[in-house]
Amino acid sequence: MSEHIASEHVSAEEAIADSVVPNPMHHNDPEHIRKEIRVYLTVFGSLAVLTIATVAVSYLHLDVRWAILVALSIACVKGFLVAGYFMHMLSEKKLIYAVLALTVFFFAMLLWGPWGHHYDTFGR
Amino acid sequence: MAEKRQVRVGREWLAPRDAEKALREAIRVQKEQERHHQLEHHPLGFWRTYVFSTDHKWIGLQYGFTALCFLLFGFSLMLLMRLQLGWPGHAFSIMKVLGETRAPGGNLLPEAYNQLGAMHGTIMVFLAIVPLAVGAFGNYLVPLQIGAPDMAFPKLNMASYWCYLSGGLVMLASFAAPGGTAQSGWTSYPPLSVIASQGQTWWLFGMILLITSSLLGSVNFIVTIIQLRTKGMTFMRLPFFVWAQFVTSFLLLLAFPPLEAAGVLQLMDRLAGTSFFLPSGLVVSGTRLMNAGGGNPLLWQHLFWFLAHPEVYVLILPAMGIVAEVIANNTRKPLWGYKSMVFATVFLGFMSFVVWAHHMFLTGMGTAISAFFQTTTMIISIPSVIILSSLFLSLWGGSIRFNTPMLFALAFLPMFGIGGLTGLPLGLAAADIHLHDTYYVIGHFHYVVAPGTIFAMFAGIYYWFPKITGRKMSERLGKLHFWMSLIFINGVFFPMFIQGLAGVSRRLYDGGAQYAHAQPVLKTNVFMSVSAWLLLIGQVPFIINFFKSIKWGELVDSNPWQATTLDWAATTSPPLAHGNFEHLPVVRRGPYEYSVPGSETDFIPQHAVTGEEPQGGGGMLVQSAVAQKEA
Amino acid sequence: MTVELEIPYNVHARPETGLYNAKLGVWLFLASEVMLFGALFSSLILIRTSAEHWPRGWEEGLNIPLATLNTFILIASSVTVVLAWANFRLGNVKRGRLLLLATLACGFGFMIIKTIEYYAKFTAVPPHLPSTSNFFALYFTMTGLHGLHVLGGMILFAYLSGPGFKMWEKEPERYVNRIEVVGLYWHFVDLVWIFLFPTLYLL
Repeated sequence: MSEHIASEHVSAEEAIADSVVPNPMHHNDPEHIRKEIRVYLTVFGSLAVLTIATVAVSYLHLDVRWAILVALSIACVKGFLVAGYFMHMLSEKKLIYAVLALTVFFFAMLLWGPWGHHYDTFGR
Repeated sequence: MAEKRQVRVGREWLAPRDAEKALREAIRVQKEQERHHQLEHHPLGFWRTYVFSTDHKWIGLQYGFTALCFLLFGFSLMLLMRLQLGWPGHAFSIMKVLGETRAPGGNLLPEAYNQLGAMHGTIMVFLAIVPLAVGAFGNYLVPLQIGAPDMAFPKLNMASYWCYLSGGLVMLASFAAPGGTAQSGWTSYPPLSVIASQGQTWWLFGMILLITSSLLGSVNFIVTIIQLRTKGMTFMRLPFFVWAQFVTSFLLLLAFPPLEAAGVLQLMDRLAGTSFFLPSGLVVSGTRLMNAGGGNPLLWQHLFWFLAHPEVYVLILPAMGIVAEVIANNTRKPLWGYKSMVFATVFLGFMSFVVWAHHMFLTGMGTAISAFFQTTTMIISIPSVIILSSLFLSLWGGSIRFNTPMLFALAFLPMFGIGGLTGLPLGLAAADIHLHDTYYVIGHFHYVVAPGTIFAMFAGIYYWFPKITGRKMSERLGKLHFWMSLIFINGVFFPMFIQGLAGVSRRLYDGGAQYAHAQPVLKTNVFMSVSAWLLLIGQVPFIINFFKSIKWGELVDSNPWQATTLDWAATTSPPLAHGNFEHLPVVRRGPYEYSVPGSETDFIPQHAVTGEEPQGGGGMLVQSAVAQKEA
Repeated sequence: MTVELEIPYNVHARPETGLYNAKLGVWLFLASEVMLFGALFSSLILIRTSAEHWPRGWEEGLNIPLATLNTFILIASSVTVVLAWANFRLGNVKRGRLLLLATLACGFGFMIIKTIEYYAKFTAVPPHLPSTSNFFALYFTMTGLHGLHVLGGMILFAYLSGPGFKMWEKEPERYVNRIEVVGLYWHFVDLVWIFLFPTLYLL
């Protein structure tokens, strides 16, 4: 069936069809998508639990240092879940990692610069 | 075993599902093309063709024309400042164009001088050079050089231009704001900028529009260069110009947002009464400001220079790209060390994000942080030197054609060299204590940007003018323009080093007349001011040449410089109105195959098929290359 | 004579990169957004560490239960987007469109709760305004900018489930791509909130 369609158009559009490869990210078979949906729901559950956890910890009124450590650790895990599964970064191509690695490095520089200046000042 | 069944599509065997997709894409493309074909018979109306165009070439021209107008405008602000600096206290009738509030009776007021200074910097950097280097040259040439039918997102491209123009108009309109336009320098340092008159608010809104514009543009450039390279155009076959634009776009993409954030914070300080940049207990004109306090003026400097240092490379990299193209073409030789130039550019781009605080050595920064930024600053000079040395070495053994674009490109090398080398003492914290905020700094960065980048822009305009119009600009007027510009621009900027070493500060309303230590070098102010006005006269041949050649310039064939890159070799001049190429060319070799031993012609276009490579097809192209040589 | 006009890889991925144009474009845009919010977080770190006293969120009367509810709403909206994307790929058009509308509703919910919070701050005695202290300056600026991003996302979802839905009939793959790309943006907005919520309210 599909073979029939193929031979019909190929000659005319050879040059274009030549360069076309379907998006490898789209695993479009229904079985796979249903599996994805289960993953999404699991991630949702985890995010909900982590949100409750971080709010619960905040009611303990921990010392600032500990509070920051706990809350930001939980936020990082949540961020990882969102970026890794919802934004499907875990199954993404290397190119995006390269762009994001650059961004993360510059982001870190941006956070460090002004703060570092504040702590390394003449006359302190 | 149904999954293993494969179908042939084009030259590839694909699984049936994939084949179906491939065909759907092919059909979609065919339908689109039919639609476009219809469009050719029913052309777009006036507005869609000339005003709200989505074609990268027209947008490039819009950018170019607007940016050249701003360049002239920014230049004229400087001319007025030079009058004041050369002859402080003297009334000039031309100053009356600024109006009675700024120059009563032709005497420039100090606050008006500050306005001219702030707007000269802002307009030259954000409205003239960057839009010209990236918006105009990048837009026009990148798709042509990589063999793409257009930019990846044509509508975004149009939006980018209109954001830029609105930002420019807001900046211009700010001159009419009560209290005049922004007057806190192009750097807008708080706390002065926060308590300045309303023009600063306009400046901030204008900047946010300009930042949005470069953001849209840079996303577009990166996607275009990564995704739309034609078949065979690998990264190491990209013309150096494209590499320069590629790295530049990353700088714009990642460095501009912090300034956008800083702009929002300063707007909050000005409009909502917050104290992000205002410290506690600030006293203005004898009264204590009733703000919450606790802010930090240095925060602005960090966020500003986090953008503005990469911005320096945004100004210089496209210029280097243009110069590389012109030099390779006019020496009839491959660039010396193409690969090392590419790696140096990438490294330069990366390092430009970690040097910003060398602008802040005198803000009370401690030794550890100073040492860090001083070290990174010394490191970043290495890739710049690699690029400049490669360009110099490219001249060795070439049979140089001294045409106008080449003259400008050649002048770029020593001029950028002076600009770059005078930067080294500024990057060392100890030397910077003496030189910080003096005319030495002004001389340094103007050598990089004015006889550096602007000369490269002129080289580019003379070089690609035949591409755009199908006509050459006059060589005689071009050379007149070149020599006048070269001589007078050095007359403007070189004495600044002398003044700066003598300790004359920048941003002085009287050019240092009231300081004892400035007296020995005060005479140079007149020399610089005269040079600046002569420089204006030197631009007249260019303006005449530009408009005259559009209509009456010498008609040329598609590839008048016998160039190898796709923009010249694979398209007509001027290029097709829509879509650039009749058929997307297939690239077979690197960008600078000049004077290849044993070749019939002294240049082999990137897409030409020669006898040595029997991949088949396209023999016609060699013939056309030969024919062009003979013509 | 036909001229090559169609922009390649508008819908399908380029083999070496595995991405179609818009997806690469949105990732680059998000990278710049990281730097935008990065600069704000950097300001927060500097201003907070250099302050003599910095209040914890509850000391300044920030409403933690409401903000927690908002966190749930945003997370839920992230799930509805990915589910919408999955359902369109499965061909469940009706469910897909409903999920898009659900996302839009979540956006509304978030903004309404945000408005209630802001209103409470403005009408408190004495009022808590951006000019009150640097804590509130940062609170209003950061949540305000984030709110603008939510608003932008809502406009996109309103378009995709309303007038933009026509595309599904003609170019289903392109429409699915659009949902994916807008979804990526929306997850990023969610991600920013995941960090804003503890830094402003809980710490």
